[in-house]
Amino acid sequence: MNAVANYNFAYLDEQTKRMIRRAILKAVAIPGYQVPFSSREMPMPYGWGTGGVQVTASIIGPDDVLKVIDQGADDTTNAVSIRAFFAKVAQVATTTHTAEATIIQTRHRIPERKLEAGQILVYQVPIPEPLRFLEPRETETRKMHALEEYGLMHVKLYEDIARHGRIATTYAYPVKVEGRYVMDPSPTPKFDNPKMHRSEALQLFGAGREHRIYAVPPHTDVVSLDFEDHPFEIQHFEQPCALCGAEGVYLDEVILDDRGGHMYVCSDTDHCEERRDAGFVGVLGMQEAAE
Amino acid sequence: MLSHDFGAGFADPVRDAQAVFRAILDALANPGTPQNLPAIDTEMGRLGSITLTLTDHDTAIWLSPALDTEAVRGFVGFHTGASIVADPAKATFAFVARGDALPDFARCNLGTQEYPDRSTTIVAEMSALSGGPTLVLRGPGIRDTHEISPMGLPGDFVAQWRENRELFPRGVDLLLVAEGRVIGLPRSTRIVEA
Ligand SMILES: [Zn+2]
Repeated sequence: MNAVANYNFAYLDEQTKRMIRRAILKAVAIPGYQVPFSSREMPMPYGWGTGGVQVTASIIGPDDVLKVIDQGADDTTNAVSIRAFFAKVAQVATTTHTAEATIIQTRHRIPERKLEAGQILVYQVPIPEPLRFLEPRETETRKMHALEEYGLMHVKLYEDIARHGRIATTYAYPVKVEGRYVMDPSPTPKFDNPKMHRSEALQLFGAGREHRIYAVPPHTDVVSLDFEDHPFEIQHFEQPCALCGAEGVYLDEVILDDRGGHMYVCSDTDHCEERRDAGFVGVLGMQEAAE
Repeated sequence: MLSHDFGAGFADPVRDAQAVFRAILDALANPGTPQNLPAIDTEMGRLGSITLTLTDHDTAIWLSPALDTEAVRGFVGFHTGASIVADPAKATFAFVARGDALPDFARCNLGTQEYPDRSTTIVAEMSALSGGPTLVLRGPGIRDTHEISPMGLPGDFVAQWRENRELFPRGVDLLLVAEGRVIGLPRSTRIVEA
């Protein structure tokens, strides 16, 4: 994270922002369609979500409040670095609270708290093309999207069922947007797919290495692909969060010791903290209180 | 300062462009809901703030007759470097002055099935954003339905727009500007008369 001593507002030059802004507007007008754009070098490696960073840099203004999450957490190296980057190059306020944020940049998760009108969720996307593993050639996948030829995608999901008795895909589970484009929701767990459906927030997706931007406007149908006899299902967790007792949220397994001890806690750290602040206690908290 | 001869640009180019862009983004993400444009008037009126925000030498611009003046050409050339084209089918953006006819959508660039993003965005100044015939909007960005009644759309607008919608994912996108505000009508929006 060097070379930002002499920077433009939000790092990118104005010409680059205009190019990215034009791409974002087309993406919003054609929900789920991947708009090509000329990705720029950013002062961070590709794996750090340069596509999402470029989208955020092109939309952010002095009145925005930015939240950055990685695997649901605000305090990972990646999230902390990106937050610090924008605090420096755009002088914006930052927050860890979902409710306070106007822009939320994310890798892997959609916050548990329902997003509201006016909020923008920016996804860092490594592989934007849902058909890539069926057809590596970009010219071919583009044709398939153009002709709405999504049969192969259904075949692949059905092979899962033949092999595993169910659709085994749990991350980057493909969705259909507004009945037209099949879209990769990025490496979010399928648990989060239903949150994309008719969300009140605008959702923008940036893939830096692959030079693609796509979008889902608010109140837009986002339907996970499935079959009548094998309907889409989200993951279910057997126990609530050990820290805050939340049910119906996405949990991460945390190893406690080297004898197999483990617990399940909210992946969304802000959600968990807010619940505990509000007095909710999980099994672990009760044990501590009893000791 | 040379720029004076071509009309003023943004006072604060970075901040102003960001503010105008967010208004346009919100307009297209929430079709039919007017968004405030920052109060920046130019040689092209409020249309000019959109010109300054979105166009440069990578874009081609079509100007409606009332806008096709030496002053506007000078403004566009000096501040943006965008090329001006006579055929809307070659335009990235088509700017339409109040009172001028919108180009027929079918004569604009509609993009291709494989690259539907390579299409014309029409930016048209209306007499007003209300007071005209009521139109009912449905589609992405709209919870249930939304009604608008801009004054200044062509008489066959609903029929033209229906044809435009049927081309989806191809088609033009529309920005309507009046009274310092902008309404977005992306190609995904379905429009019927009330
Ligand atoms: Zn928790």
